[in-house]
Amino acid sequence: MAKRPFLIPGVDKRLLIKDSLKTMPDVTRRRFIAGGASLGALTLLTGCDVIDSSSAETMLAKVSKFNDAVQAWMFNPDALAPTFPESAITKPFPFNAYYDLDDAPDISAADWKLEVRGLVDNKKSWTLDELYKLPQVTQITRHICVEGWSAIGSWTGTPLRDFLKLIGADTRANYVWFQCADKDGYNSPLDMRSALHPQTQMTFKYANEILPRAYGFPMKIRVPTKLGFKNPKYVVSMEVTNDYKGGYWEDQGYNSFSGS
Amino acid sequence: MASLTVTDEQVTATKSKVIQPAWVRVMHWINALAMILMILSGWQIYNASPLFDFRFPREYTLGGWLGGGLLWHFAAMWLLMINGLAYLVTGIATGRFRKKLLPITASGVLHDVRAALTFKLGHDDLTVYNYVQRLLYAGIIVVGVLIVLSGLAIWKPVQLYYLVMLFGDYPAARYVHFFCMAAICAFLVVHVLLALLVPKSLRAMIIGR
Repeated sequence: MAKRPFLIPGVDKRLLIKDSLKTMPDVTRRRFIAGGASLGALTLLTGCDVIDSSSAETMLAKVSKFNDAVQAWMFNPDALAPTFPESAITKPFPFNAYYDLDDAPDISAADWKLEVRGLVDNKKSWTLDELYKLPQVTQITRHICVEGWSAIGSWTGTPLRDFLKLIGADTRANYVWFQCADKDGYNSPLDMRSALHPQTQMTFKYANEILPRAYGFPMKIRVPTKLGFKNPKYVVSMEVTNDYKGGYWEDQGYNSFSGS
Repeated sequence: MASLTVTDEQVTATKSKVIQPAWVRVMHWINALAMILMILSGWQIYNASPLFDFRFPREYTLGGWLGGGLLWHFAAMWLLMINGLAYLVTGIATGRFRKKLLPITASGVLHDVRAALTFKLGHDDLTVYNYVQRLLYAGIIVVGVLIVLSGLAIWKPVQLYYLVMLFGDYPAARYVHFFCMAAICAFLVVHVLLALLVPKSLRAMIIGR
């Protein structure tokens, strides 16, 4: 099959290129077009010399929003993530972040406080000792990374919904928005229905030991019904809010709901 | 009367020349586009956490990085699934699958494989599939169903837990998804090669006859 240039009758190719160049977004803005690989591959397969990358980007963002809605519709608040016996735990459980372990936040327990903001009755900050006194449960679940790998781990902590009740959070709000101590300011929004899921947990221990630095000391949010990047570590504050405030990875293009 | 008979014959003759009806052609090319988008974006996703000791060359991946690959994958999946479902329903409802792909017998397949390997397998009548074609076309439909089911399983392993159980567990479903992709790629190589060797089959898939 001879490769022929794709021509739209009546359209001047040079003008088309000129037009599309005008609408080209700043290539450094979004990483997924920066590589140019997407454009190259698409050119290859359609035989099309020109692709309006900004319209492709807009289309993909729209479909991703649609997929958020589909996932919210599919989400069953009573469906539990499978739990496993201790023998199934992955050893060693991988450390994973966009930085090396050496660059992970090194938080001193004495200085740390969990800040509570937004649509809650009681906005008092919580020390680690105060949080440790709350009832805790242990669950062994599969952590699934957006990259595809998965690992089974044991997490112990307080169900987030119990804490939200305790602080008088408005559970009709849309999101709980977490901010973290990671460099570059990690944050991530969690939709309220997932926040109220019985397995969603404020985690203080991994494998029955105080949460190590690698896994998010002093506190991570374990959400077994979400991909790993929606399980923030080194959490410093939570805000109950109706507004979508974006997130570290969500803003770069990862699907925002990313439920499992 | 006589002229009427001739007209009837002409009509029949014209009708019998249609090898690929319009719905097959439309769905075939939509599927081709969706498959290529899914494979190239899938390779991008694979590269983020390879199952084996290799990565796909960057030039043959779609999306530029993992996030872009995922956006393409979860957009093109709708095209693939809706078109695929429409194809299955139409193929069964019109009886085309039954007429074109069945029966598949072991002796028939063995005979045609032997004929193919000795270059004696003809493609004179494009309306009738030989046993190798029947096996491959029926097989690739099964693989298509499996790749969608395993894909849904790894996309929603909690909400669609019964699908995960069908494959064993989450990591197993990932391997199934990968090997289905590999099977489709192998099919694609043979399929495209043969379409080029028998150009009238390619023409039939474009203009119908």
